[in-house]
Amino acid sequence: MAAALAGAAGADGGADGAVVTFIGLVRNHNVGRRVRYLEYEAYEPLALKAFTRIAGEIHERWPSARMGLHHRIGRLEIGEASIAIVVRSPHRADAYAACRYAIERVKQIAPIWKREFFDGGDVWIEGATANPDDARARAEAERVACA
Amino acid sequence: MRVTVRLFARLRDIAGAAELSRDLAAGATIGDVWRQLATEFPDFAGYERSISSAVNADYARMDRVVADGDEVAFLPPVSGG
Repeated sequence: MAAALAGAAGADGGADGAVVTFIGLVRNHNVGRRVRYLEYEAYEPLALKAFTRIAGEIHERWPSARMGLHHRIGRLEIGEASIAIVVRSPHRADAYAACRYAIERVKQIAPIWKREFFDGGDVWIEGATANPDDARARAEAERVACA
Repeated sequence: MRVTVRLFARLRDIAGAAELSRDLAAGATIGDVWRQLATEFPDFAGYERSISSAVNADYARMDRVVADGDEVAFLPPVSGG
């Protein structure tokens, strides 16, 4: 569905020493249920702005890191990728931290929902109340990223 | 004045529509839109404290005053990733 970049994309002139990727997959189980497939939906224009915001936060916290992000929507089968995040930076610590931060923030503030179809029914998964100005949520994402 | 309401995920299922139009008095806030919908759709009540809202695809607080032609969105807790 969408992508965002922090800083300049493309060639780095050899300055980067690390690329970290995170690929989120559709799992065949969740809280004891056998999952058959997922359906994702998004409020796309706001989701794109949320991704851009996350890229901006990463730029503030890890200025040398650059991030790309893509989230799929629609029906996804078991084992398929739902989200891909790539971060590159001069040193691996920043790339790992920024990548983890990005997925934590997506789960906090991106207006995207998954509906889980499992053996015996289906349910909308409801996680965080999205509030991009919640400083505590942002701090928690940073804490997890840098743990 | 008239606004478009966008609903997502379970809110959309409860209302049976992804998009609604509603007439409002001048000076109405996002919260007023929500309360009007909550009387139409009693199952919205459980979301009173957990929804987020947006106007014209930007996050906005419930006390934000809406204008004619605005797109008001109500977002249940998110679950991307």
